[in-house]
Amino acid sequence: MQAPSRQTSADKQSASKVEDMDSVIPESHAAGSSQAQSGSGAVKLSATNLNFFYAKFQALHGISMKILANQVTAFIGPSGCGKSTFLRTLNRMNETIKSSRVEGEILLDGEDIFTQEVSAVRRRVGMVFQRSNPFPKSIFDNIAYGPRINGSPSRSELRDKVEQSLRRAALWDEVKDKLNQSAYGLSGGQQQRLCIARALAVDPEVLLLDEPCSALDPIATAKIEDLIFQLKSSCTLVIVTHSMQQAARVADNTGFFLLGKLIEFDSTAVIFKTPNKKETEDYVTGRFG
Amino acid sequence: MTASNSPHAPASHFDFLHFRRKTVNFVMLSLTAICTFVALGVLLYILGYLFVHGASSLSLDFFTKLPTPVGEAGGGMANAIVGSGKLLLIAMCLGVPIGFLGGVYLAEFAGGKFAFLIRYVTDLLNGVPSIVMGIFAYTIIVLPQKHFSTLAGGLALGVMMIPIAVRSSEEFLRAVPLNLREGSMALGASKTRAILTVVIPAAKNGIITGVMLNLARVAGETAPLLFTSFGNRYWSHGWNEPTAALPVMIFTYAIAPYEDWHRQAWSAGFVLLSLVLAINVFARLVLSNKKHVAR
Amino acid sequence: MGAGPKPASSFLQRLKGGDEVAYLITCIAASTILALTALIVFELYHNSAASRGKFGFAFLFSSTWDPVNDQYGALPFIYGTVVTSAVALLIGIPLGVGAAIFLAEMAPPKVSEALTFMIELLAAVPSVIFGLLGIFVLVPILKWLEPAIRAVLGWTPLFSGPFYGVSLFAAGVVMSVMIIPFIISISREVILAVPNDQREAALALGATRWESTWDVVLPNAFRGIMGSVFLALARALGETMAVTMVVGNDPKIKASLFAPGYSIAAVIANEFTEATGEMYTSALIELGLVLFALTVVINGGARLLVAAGERNKT
Repeated sequence: MQAPSRQTSADKQSASKVEDMDSVIPESHAAGSSQAQSGSGAVKLSATNLNFFYAKFQALHGISMKILANQVTAFIGPSGCGKSTFLRTLNRMNETIKSSRVEGEILLDGEDIFTQEVSAVRRRVGMVFQRSNPFPKSIFDNIAYGPRINGSPSRSELRDKVEQSLRRAALWDEVKDKLNQSAYGLSGGQQQRLCIARALAVDPEVLLLDEPCSALDPIATAKIEDLIFQLKSSCTLVIVTHSMQQAARVADNTGFFLLGKLIEFDSTAVIFKTPNKKETEDYVTGRFG
Repeated sequence: MTASNSPHAPASHFDFLHFRRKTVNFVMLSLTAICTFVALGVLLYILGYLFVHGASSLSLDFFTKLPTPVGEAGGGMANAIVGSGKLLLIAMCLGVPIGFLGGVYLAEFAGGKFAFLIRYVTDLLNGVPSIVMGIFAYTIIVLPQKHFSTLAGGLALGVMMIPIAVRSSEEFLRAVPLNLREGSMALGASKTRAILTVVIPAAKNGIITGVMLNLARVAGETAPLLFTSFGNRYWSHGWNEPTAALPVMIFTYAIAPYEDWHRQAWSAGFVLLSLVLAINVFARLVLSNKKHVAR
Repeated sequence: MGAGPKPASSFLQRLKGGDEVAYLITCIAASTILALTALIVFELYHNSAASRGKFGFAFLFSSTWDPVNDQYGALPFIYGTVVTSAVALLIGIPLGVGAAIFLAEMAPPKVSEALTFMIELLAAVPSVIFGLLGIFVLVPILKWLEPAIRAVLGWTPLFSGPFYGVSLFAAGVVMSVMIIPFIISISREVILAVPNDQREAALALGATRWESTWDVVLPNAFRGIMGSVFLALARALGETMAVTMVVGNDPKIKASLFAPGYSIAAVIANEFTEATGEMYTSALIELGLVLFALTVVINGGARLLVAAGERNKT
C-alpha cells in the first residue's frame, strides 16, 4: 500500500505513535473529558447535518458535531478531506468563494449563524490562517485593525487593547519597543502570533486556527502550542492540523475527517489510543493510504 | 554532438554537419545581439542628439515669457507649460476616478463574461488612435460650443487615460494576496471595508505608479489636442478658452520655416522629454520598488 | 457569491456593509467604459453622415481629394497608411524580434533587465518628439544615404523618382523606430514565458543554443510574437504626429517610396482645423471612422492572439 508522498513525514512520526501516546497526552485529558459528545461541558458551536458544495463538487457530507466551550478541538485527516472547509464554514469564511453553497445548520450558543449578520459572526468566531497574513501596516495598526473597524475606540482604549492582545499572544515583550514598525519585520513565528493577537483584539468567543504552524519551525510551533494552552481558559479553540502529534498534544477532543465525512469524533485519548472506527485506526497508526 | 559517439556516422560528413551547426549557431546569435545594439544605438543616438541640442537651446526665457509675434526672435512658452498642466489636470480628474473604480470592479467584484467584455473593450479603447479621440472630443464639446477649449482637450486626454488606469489598477489590486483580504474579513470587516482598509492601501504605491506613467504618456500627446485645445499665443483664461500646450507647440514650431522657432522647438522637446522620462524613471524605480511585497 | 440559506438577509447585510453600494459604484464606472466606446462609435458614425450619404462605399476607392469642389476619396490616405506601416513593420519586425530573442535567451538576466528598462523608457517617448527628430535628424541622414540606397535598390520602382527627404519611406523609417521598443518588450516577455523545460529538453538532445531557440522556443512563442506584431501594426496605423511631420503630405498614389505621400491620421491632423464646410469636416470624420475600424479589428485580433499565447504558457 503506497501512501501519498505528503503523508510520509506523518507516517514516520506515527509509526511509534501507539506506544508514545501515553506520554504525550496529559493524564487529565485522557481521564477528564473522554466521551466529548456526552455533554460534559457547555456546547459552544454545534453543526447539524452540514453539507458544503464548491459549485457542483460536494466537499462536506452531512457533518454533525458539538464543540464544547473552553476546550481545544482538533480536526485531523489527509489533505483534501474537508477539515479546513468545515473550519471555514464555522465563521462563514467560505462564503467569500464564488458559487459555493452551504446546507444544514450551525448554532453558535444555540443561535443559527446563517441568520445573523456575517460580520457579527466573524467577530465572535475569529480565525488564524495557515500562512501568517499581517497587513502591510505597523504592528500597532495590525492589532488595532479589528477594534477600529468594529467601533471607534479612543486612542487610550486602543493602546490598552493592543497591549492586552499582544500579552495574551505572548508577543508583548518581543515587540513593545517597535510597535510602529512594519509587521513584515517580524520573524515567521512572530508574524503568526501577531495574527493571533490581531484575532484576539476583537475578543472572539471562538478562535479557529487553520494549520497555524504548518509554515513554522519547531521552536515557533512550540510557542504557538503553549499559547493555545493558555488561551483555552478565555475562549474556545478549534484547530485544523496535519500533524497528529500536534493534535495529540494540544487537543481535548479530536475529529477525524476523510473524503468530506466526519468519520469519528471523540476525546483525543480515544481517537489516538482506542479508536472505534477502522479508518481512524489506520490513519493514526500510519497505515492509511 | 550526440552522434559523435556513434561509430557508424561517416566522420567527414559528421564534421561538416557539426561545423555548419556551430556556425549557424554563432552567426544567428551574433545577429540577435547586433539587432539589440542597432535598435538601442539608433534610439540612444537620436535621444542623445535631442538632449545635447535641446539643452543648448534652452534659456530662462523659455519658462517665463510668452511667444513673440511671428518674425521676432526670442520669447518663451510659459503659456504652453501652464496650458499643458491645466489639460493634464482635467484629464486626471476625468480619467483616474473612472479608471480606478473600473479597475476595482474588475479586480474585486467582476467575474465571468461581463468582466471579459469590459477587459476586452478596455483594451480596444486603449488601441484607438489618439487622433480619433481628438475627433470624439471635437464632436462632443467643440462642435456644440462652436469654439475650441481647454475643456475639450482635457476630455480627449482624459478618455485616453481611462483604459490604462483600469488595467493598471486592476493589476496592482490583484497582486495583493488573497489571504490579506481573508484576514480582514475574518475580523468582521465587510468586503468593502476590507478593500478600503487593507487591499487598496497595500496596492497604493503600485496604483500611484500607474497613474504617473499614465500622466507621462498623455502629457506628450499632440494629435488629440490639435483641434480641441487648438493653441493660443497668449495666456488662456479659465477652462473654456483655447490653450497652448507644449507638444502642440513643438509640432507647430518644428514645421514652421523660421530658424528661431526650430531652436525653441528643440527646447520644448528637451523639456517635455526630460519630464516624461523623469516621471517614468521615478515611478518605475522608486515607487514600485518600495512596494510592500508580502510574499 | 456564496450564499447562506437565506439569500435575502444576505443581500441586506451586504447592503449594510456597503458591499452592494461599492459594487454598484464600481460597476457603473466599469460600464462607463462600454458606454464611452459606444458613444465614440456613434459620434464618428453620426458626424460622418453627410459624407457617407454622398459618396457611399466609393469613398474608400476614390483617389480624388478635392476640397475646392467638395469631392472626397480616401484611397490615397489608405494607401499611404498601409505603405508606411508596411515599411515600419519590414524594418521593425526583424530588428525587434531579433533583439527580443537576444534579451530573453542570450543576455545575462541583469543585462537583459537593464536594457529592457531602457527600451521601455524609449517606448514612453512622445510621438511628436520622434517627429521633431525625424525632420531634423532622420531626413538629412536619409538624404545622405540616398545614393547608396539607389545604387542597391534603384532598379525597383519602389526607389525611383526624385527624393526630397520627406516621403513615405522616411515616415516608415521613423515609425519603425517608434514600434521597435514595443515589439521588443512584448516579444521578450512572451519568449521568457516559454517554460524552461522546453529549452532544456532541446539542449539535452544536443541542440545548439540557436537550434533550441529557433526550433523549440520560437514556435512556442509564435502566437504571442504575432500578437505583438499586430499590436505594433495597430499602433503604426494610428500614428499621427511623427508621420505628419515627415510624410510629405501629398494626396497622390505613387509607387515610389521616395515620393511624398499622406496617411489617414496625418490628413486629419493637418486639415481638420482648416476644413470649411460640412462636407469637408464630414469626410475627415469618416476618415477617422475608417481608422477607428481598422485599428479595432487589428487590435481585437491581436489581443485574442496574445491572450491565447499566454494561456498556452501557463
